[in-house]
Amino acid sequence: MSWLLIALLGVPLAGAAVLLVPSGADTAARERLLRVHGPAVSGVTFALSVVLAAAFDHGDAARAQFVTDLAWIPGLDLSFHLGVDGISLPLVVLTTLLTFLCFVYLCRGRADGPGQLLSPGRGGNRPRALVFTLLILEVGMIGTFLALDLLLFFVFFEVVLIPMYFVIALWGGRARRAAAIKFILYTLLGSVVLLIGLLIIWSQTGTLDMTALAQARGTGMSRPVQIIAFLAVGIGLAVKTPMWPLHTWLPDAHTEAPTVGSVLLAGVLLKMGTYGFARIAIPVLPDGAAAMAPWLGAFAVIGIIYGSLACLAQRDLKRMIAYSSVGHMGFVLLGFATLTPAGINGALFGNIAHGLITALLFFVAGAIKERYGTSDMPALGGGMLTHLPHLGSLLTFACVASLGLPGLAGFWGEMLALLGAFEPAAGLSGPLYLVFMALGGLGTVLTAAYFLLMLSRVTHGRSTETVHVPLLAAATTDALPSTGPTGSEDAALESGAGGKEDLPGGGGGTHPPGAVSAGRPRMPDVMGYELAAWVPLIALILLFGLWPKALLLLTDPVVRTLVGAP
Amino acid sequence: MITVASLVILLPFLAAATGLLGSRFPRGLRGATPLDPGTDLNAGANRRAAWIAVLPTALSTALAIWLAYATWAATGQGGIEPGVPIGIGGQGAADGVTATFTVIETGSVPISVGLLVDGLAASIAVLVTVVALAVQVYSIGYLHGDRRYPSYSSFISLFTSAMLLVVYAADLLVLYVGWEIMGLCSYLLVGHWWEERANSRAAIKAFLVTRIGDVGFLFGIFVLGTAAGSFRIADVIAGVPEMSSGTLIAATMLLLAGVAGKSAQVPLHVWLPDAMAGPTPISALIHAATMVAAGIFVVARLYPAFLGARPTLDVLAVLAALGMLGAALAALAQDDLKRVLAYSTISQLAYMAGALAAGSPDAAIFHLITHGAFKALLFLCAGAVIHVVGSNLMSTMGGLRRELPVTFAAMTIGFAALMGLPPASGFFSKDEMLAGIEHSLSAGPLTDAAAFLLYGCALATIAVTGAYATRAWLRTFFGQRASRPEPVAGEAHAAVSEVPATMSRPIVVLAVPALLLGFARIGDVHWGTAALSLTVALLGAGAVYAVWRSAPQTDPARVLGPFRVPCERAFYVDSVYTRLLVRPVLLLARLVVRTDNRVVDGTVRGSGRATLRLAGLVRLVQNGNVQLYVTGLLAGVLLIAAGAVIFG
Repeated sequence: MSWLLIALLGVPLAGAAVLLVPSGADTAARERLLRVHGPAVSGVTFALSVVLAAAFDHGDAARAQFVTDLAWIPGLDLSFHLGVDGISLPLVVLTTLLTFLCFVYLCRGRADGPGQLLSPGRGGNRPRALVFTLLILEVGMIGTFLALDLLLFFVFFEVVLIPMYFVIALWGGRARRAAAIKFILYTLLGSVVLLIGLLIIWSQTGTLDMTALAQARGTGMSRPVQIIAFLAVGIGLAVKTPMWPLHTWLPDAHTEAPTVGSVLLAGVLLKMGTYGFARIAIPVLPDGAAAMAPWLGAFAVIGIIYGSLACLAQRDLKRMIAYSSVGHMGFVLLGFATLTPAGINGALFGNIAHGLITALLFFVAGAIKERYGTSDMPALGGGMLTHLPHLGSLLTFACVASLGLPGLAGFWGEMLALLGAFEPAAGLSGPLYLVFMALGGLGTVLTAAYFLLMLSRVTHGRSTETVHVPLLAAATTDALPSTGPTGSEDAALESGAGGKEDLPGGGGGTHPPGAVSAGRPRMPDVMGYELAAWVPLIALILLFGLWPKALLLLTDPVVRTLVGAP
Repeated sequence: MITVASLVILLPFLAAATGLLGSRFPRGLRGATPLDPGTDLNAGANRRAAWIAVLPTALSTALAIWLAYATWAATGQGGIEPGVPIGIGGQGAADGVTATFTVIETGSVPISVGLLVDGLAASIAVLVTVVALAVQVYSIGYLHGDRRYPSYSSFISLFTSAMLLVVYAADLLVLYVGWEIMGLCSYLLVGHWWEERANSRAAIKAFLVTRIGDVGFLFGIFVLGTAAGSFRIADVIAGVPEMSSGTLIAATMLLLAGVAGKSAQVPLHVWLPDAMAGPTPISALIHAATMVAAGIFVVARLYPAFLGARPTLDVLAVLAALGMLGAALAALAQDDLKRVLAYSTISQLAYMAGALAAGSPDAAIFHLITHGAFKALLFLCAGAVIHVVGSNLMSTMGGLRRELPVTFAAMTIGFAALMGLPPASGFFSKDEMLAGIEHSLSAGPLTDAAAFLLYGCALATIAVTGAYATRAWLRTFFGQRASRPEPVAGEAHAAVSEVPATMSRPIVVLAVPALLLGFARIGDVHWGTAALSLTVALLGAGAVYAVWRSAPQTDPARVLGPFRVPCERAFYVDSVYTRLLVRPVLLLARLVVRTDNRVVDGTVRGSGRATLRLAGLVRLVQNGNVQLYVTGLLAGVLLIAAGAVIFG
């Protein structure tokens, strides 16, 4: 019994519950309180996760620590079973960090700064609901990484979907409704398949305890059963990851989601899928994994190449970053598909690195979109380094990190995944994996190509006058969600759906200061609150890039026990 | 010793970090006048950035020189004379001082973070730091008033640090980290004037072409590392005798891809001439003296592995032979002074690669060092000329020897070294390489055909080198100036007078090693070979001089006749790559986007629509008509009853 893990889940949950209590304070006071409440609650949660990391016994990372095991629904054999080990600890810290940074980003800025969803009048639609949603989202995300019970894992896995649906559907961009519906239907469908897989495991082994199942290493399940279970679990997780060709919900969701939604979606939600591979699919179903690994690897490399090529021809910045996730998660899946310690270490490293880097990329891309009113690259028009030098430099940094430059976090995951593919586990076809490795290497070249082309288009060159101010103004109002004092969620949805046509003027009164000057709106460069939210990410990207041991020390012992290597 | 080596690496790194973050830090402290705040702040930031850049590099240089001296004292080898692992299957790399800071478990072969200081590393480090220092000082004058000087000098510091990491690395993956960061710095610095689209494109090209090679390089490291069970260079070299020849050939061929990319060798040489879009000091440091030499350095570092893979050496010899002659011919026809030097760099690097293939890594490293000195000198002089003239084109130059006496003298030394005229350093190093290649005709790792090709091309290249160097020298400093063009924005001002001291002093300082470095190995000169190469070089030079004398205003390259255009376009390799690679990839990318939208996502949307349509069908039943419901109910009861009777 450990209070720490309970507190990790309890603090954000309590923080959300407090918001439900009706308060008598007037709107302004309530809003001030809210701007403190969100960062405070998520900050405490983050502090707790740091305490957890400090108290964690690093010498014994393979063992699940801080275990809490309470019977919940004995009839179903369902227990409230939590714990952390070297695989989940970095992800828990990543989750709390990113949530905290999102709140910092939302709550610390001036009311008229870019991306301030919490202040009414600039599209800040129902701030209390947003804080509530994000806190519930955090509970679900942390719970997914802490759960050691299959059904509990699934419950948390599902808990995440609903708040994310609302984040996209309520605070998203122009086509948010369709994107949100696609997101939830697609991922729910995946979850159903995942549930079937989990139930197969339960029916065959009679237990839902992940640690026991991992120790059993598939005993009690015949090979065909394992293969079927792996297929079901794998498809369920692959939707979330996302794996080619199950990825098409991702670009839409990312393009329409608000900045914080994109950050959490790319930074944490995608990791839940890959975490499932490391936690359930591979250790619990070793025979199934061995049989299906070549297929997983094949889909992974197709995803790498396909995602990179799709990026190369994208016009929209956020959409391009979304597709780049398909490519990067392809490397993560390739790492898993090798079934070697090196490959799985690479996958877990790539997981964290992608969480940090893509979160930063989406933060920066969101900042660009909110300043220019569009993320369409031809409309951005180039020359960003001239008029927004710091933002342009940060974008360059994030892209360089994402293209896997050694010395930054993105490299080690890709390198280890490729190294794993060079020497796949015994029983897997060597030549096939050599082909995978070669294609993966080609993917890194294509990745560099699309990022550099994008940088050249957006940050280099002279700023051209392709964006006309009236158009920009219209786009700005249009891109923001509806602002009217809508009463219920249904009404908000309706006005959101109608937002395409009837919104110009809705939020037009509050443009950034000095919106029109000398033919191009003068845009503020990186602001204090933005920097506060981004600097920790930059620091961690540098830290893990220069000192990969910090992460590998945690994951390596677990991975060795998982695949049964010495 | 290792502490000193890590300091040598860390100092420029810290300088880069400080320069990037701190140059503009005391914003507005220096009285920013309301009239002209921008320039004043910039000047302050630039001044600070200059100090931040120069001081650590100077300290690093001093430490590197001390390290070279200490290594020399410890092993009895000269600081300039590299202690390359020589001899077949030798284990030279293990001779140096090595230390491992930490071992990173990867689940497979571990990475050991460590440094290695031996004669090879110490002498190359001296070259790197000296040229970097010269370039940092030179840049203060060259980029005077440039708004982005702080980031520029920080990137140079970062580059210096990365290159030193490559040089001192004791582990192949640590080496790879530095190797890639150099590529990034090259990208950032080539694109320094990113307002011009052409510069931006050149930067992308430089990064992508080298990256293609680097992927092969990484795979080569995998092959060597897994075969030896360790990524440590010493372990890899010690493990070479046990490796099968297939493994070695695969590994070295893959490594060769990276070497060809970084050292601009055929077929991945296309990025280097375009990279001249960067500021000239960058061309001197990265694209002439140091980064492009890293490929040669790595081959020398892992030479025992290459010696075990004869076919790789044959391939290297053929590529080098093609590269040295082709690039020299291309240099002969260029009008842009920097592109002349760029092709000359490709040609000289191919020369070193040829010497490596012929089994004389010692000579190759010697030439690497002398070439680093004299090519950096040539580029800095070219930069001075461009700074003064305001254009890169030789057709706008001429007669500059009177206006730029210091630059003229220094550049004459540089060209003499490039042509291999005594007593300049290039004479000695080139002679050693040629002797090595000559030796490989009779005995050496190469097959006969490759050796003959290499030898023939080497001799021809010496003649062409003499020709293009003479042409550039004459066209720049002699004759009459054709016209005075408008100064190019961001490059220079048009007043013709000697350059500022920050620029001329590094030139003078670099001229000394470019002239004298060769005497370190005066005892090793093969006089027969030397006489032959000297004659050939003078033949080439004399031919150009004769043509030029007949009409000093026109370009001596006209004698190439119909071959001039192919030479100028470097035999159309760029166009071929555009047709065969770039366009198909872009086409494929558009195809993927269309497929993704229509097929992959179309299926998803289609299934959604199909579900709705199915729902529509089902809804027909639920139409609120009570008669229909009752009919259905009765039909159901009938069915159940019938079923019960029949099956029951």
